Amino acid sequence: MQDFASEFTRALSLILEGDSELWAIVLLSLRVSIFAVLISALIGMPFGAALAVARFRGRRALIILVNALMGLPPVVVGLLVYLMLSRSGPLGVLELLYTPTAMIIAQVVLVTPIMAALTRQVVEILAEEYSEQLRSLGVSRLASVPVLLWDARLALVTALLAGFGRAIAEVGAVIIVGGNINHVTRVMTTTIALETSKGNLALALALGVILIGLAIAVNAMVSALALRAEREGLSHA
Amino acid sequence: MRDAVTGAQGILEVNNLRIERDGKALLDVPHLCLGGPGPTLILGPNGAGKSLLLRCLHGLIHPDRGRVCQNGAALNAGHKTRQAMVFQSPVLLRRSVAANLDFVLKRRSLPHAERKQRIEALLDEGGLGGKARQPARSLSGGEAQRLAILRALALGPETLFLDEPTSALDPSATQMIERMILRASERGVRIVMVTHDIGQARRLASDIVMMQAGRVVEHGKAMQVLEAPESNESRRYLDGGLVT
Repeated sequence: MQDFASEFTRALSLILEGDSELWAIVLLSLRVSIFAVLISALIGMPFGAALAVARFRGRRALIILVNALMGLPPVVVGLLVYLMLSRSGPLGVLELLYTPTAMIIAQVVLVTPIMAALTRQVVEILAEEYSEQLRSLGVSRLASVPVLLWDARLALVTALLAGFGRAIAEVGAVIIVGGNINHVTRVMTTTIALETSKGNLALALALGVILIGLAIAVNAMVSALALRAEREGLSHA
Repeated sequence: MRDAVTGAQGILEVNNLRIERDGKALLDVPHLCLGGPGPTLILGPNGAGKSLLLRCLHGLIHPDRGRVCQNGAALNAGHKTRQAMVFQSPVLLRRSVAANLDFVLKRRSLPHAERKQRIEALLDEGGLGGKARQPARSLSGGEAQRLAILRALALGPETLFLDEPTSALDPSATQMIERMILRASERGVRIVMVTHDIGQARRLASDIVMMQAGRVVEHGKAMQVLEAPESNESRRYLDGGLVT
């Protein structure tokens, strides 16, 4: 217990004293995850909204597939992205393996189904409410997508934060495609895994504290947004 | 084509309109012509098919048989741009009051300065002048319905359909809505409105369409239908005997 206490004290010192190695890892993690979430949002949100308003054969099956993809095993995604980006893979010529870009790609694959599925759910409820009114105003199904996305904005920010939570906490895929290279692709989760195995608990704990802090901050933001949505009549309940 | 009631040029005409569910006719209107300058009110008990008829006239529901014509031509997308509808429960966008109006004005491709001017004028007309930046969903029931009517009018429609717009409102809010409807009618907007309220029909209607069990049982000038109804169903409804 005493060891743990002293390691924890050292961990707090690393955070408070602004240890450059620690903060470089945190910043890289944030950069990778934020980029991944933004790209996922650009792909997943319009796709999810279109899936909510479009009517076509096989739509139900596609919804089931997107929902199922939310539970993609990260290591499998890591393996698939690795195979795509490896020298003999179809995208090997780009030489992206073991770079932050490869990690972003892996996170995009993991987070996009989450964005699409949550967006589909939110927009479908809203579309049902708006359907007659938008048709009455002469808004076509396709043209209703941006309207619905905008009006569901607060709920979609929640989806964005959920996606960010998934991305920042991800370890399996990014360690396969990133390689956990010091000062290049070492992010919080992969560093925690590595430093724990090396017995360097202080750095691992410091990163753990920051990761938990980020999780709490994300949840607080979700709650604040939900409150604001309620107050301004923007919620979907 | 001239309307039997008013003699004016017919705006909306229904021929052989029929909607069925499980072999049962929910709406069966062989012929109906709505024209003339004053508001048309559609009256009848619950389940009479009033809202269904309104949605058919606006093109929101496609009938199983028959067709709706506006000025002699079958209803199409072009006609829909000249129509607007206000629903029983106002569906307001999750934006500010002004943004709800701006949404439809943008669809009319009006320049920014003109849109701003129109929004101010519309808000003044609806008594919502100080609420432009307020979230639309935080308005009271009466204010929300007034905004829904203003938004419909912002489209510049020839015809405005209203589906029981005051059914959930108190007398004061109802009076404000009725004034807005009459002003729009005086400006030449054709009003077609569903109501349960016989008093409202007396106050607003130029002509009345009385419906029962999916059929039009009477269509005539308001005073004639209200004071000397020709059909038994109309008499029973006006006497309070026909509840469903």
